[in-house]
Amino acid sequence: MTEVTMTVNGKSVTKSVKGNTLMTEFLREELRLTGTHVGCDTSQCGACVIHVNGEAIKACTMFAAEAQGSEVTTIEGMANADGSLGVIQQAFQDHHGLQCGFCTPGMVMSAAALLKDNPKPTEHEIRDYLEGNICRCTGYHNIVKAIMAASGQDVSGIAAE
Amino acid sequence: MYSFDVVRPATVADAIEALAQDEALPLGGGQTLIPTLKQRLSSPSVLVSLSGLAEIQGVCKTDDGKLAIGGGTKHVVVAREAAADYPALAALAGNIGDPAVRNRGTIGGSLANNDPSACYPSAVLASGATVVTNKRQIAADDYFQGMFTTALDEGEIITEVRFPIPEKAAYMKFEQPASRFALTGVFVAKYADGVRVAVTGASEGGVFRWTEAEAALSSKFSPDALAGLTVPADGMISDLHGTGAYRAHLVGVMTKRAVAAAH
Repeated sequence: MTEVTMTVNGKSVTKSVKGNTLMTEFLREELRLTGTHVGCDTSQCGACVIHVNGEAIKACTMFAAEAQGSEVTTIEGMANADGSLGVIQQAFQDHHGLQCGFCTPGMVMSAAALLKDNPKPTEHEIRDYLEGNICRCTGYHNIVKAIMAASGQDVSGIAAE
Repeated sequence: MYSFDVVRPATVADAIEALAQDEALPLGGGQTLIPTLKQRLSSPSVLVSLSGLAEIQGVCKTDDGKLAIGGGTKHVVVAREAAADYPALAALAGNIGDPAVRNRGTIGGSLANNDPSACYPSAVLASGATVVTNKRQIAADDYFQGMFTTALDEGEIITEVRFPIPEKAAYMKFEQPASRFALTGVFVAKYADGVRVAVTGASEGGVFRWTEAEAALSSKFSPDALAGLTVPADGMISDLHGTGAYRAHLVGVMTKRAVAAAH
């Protein structure tokens, strides 16, 4: 067991973890932050995307021991301080960017990482950036639309409702 | 996964010491190793994470004009910081896996693993780069020794890769759409003393140089120079994504595209 300390959604946490404890297990089972979903557990689907030191990573493919000293943000850290939905979350709701919602935490975290580096992405850039996030319900159009809207851009040109 | 410890040393010296333990394995970005561990295909006693080694991260120019990339440098950093000096290499790095994978995976990890379908080996071989480890310098032509096999000894880690900067270069990847690995990828690099062509994803022997194409392109750097040249399908990977003959054909097509795109 190794002791790790990191900041998760602004709060410092210290826990003893086994070497093979993944970040997904650490967040979901140790911290009970179950918003980070485990879809494939093979780093294909992106449902588990979180931010570590501001960068989007797949939490199923990183050990908790490697996050020692890091700043971690999960979907639970994306709402506004008063508990209302953040801009990206609200845009997903407004534009029906989800159906079953299982992939949504990862989609929102990837979208946030994209918009941090590229505040006005094109439709192509959004689709390209979401390459590692799989949604089996929406066909992506409304997710792309939501991200365009969250970045303050016109969404009328995006294909299909 | 089997049970193991993870240690995260802060210096190369400490990492090498930790790797001397029985059944110790280095952990780069983990984007291949962690899935491998989940399948119980590997059972280390301790993983030595290289992510805390600041001294092997970053991109810079050497005094003799080469581009030096620390072994622990993530793909996302190479994509950004190599763009001015070696745009073809930066573009390759920026198209590995997906953004979240590029935020973890490292050049040293990719080269140490030497997956036959990985992108980086083609750039290293086509550039005639030098792989620098904690104990020696290895020429690219000596480094790659077949599928998942390299010149690295146990406990030896890649600290830096030095790329001579070409006049023109391009990498063309025909993606296997599910894994985003190269079904076949070709890196073409034109130097003052000749052209080098390296192919990944195609051969059962891992990355290889296509010397006939190199000779043709060294006399005339144009896609036409490749007319009539083919690689044999023998020894090419055949799987559900494509036959050996298909991959052999792709080698020719992707080489032409790379020459046309080189800048």
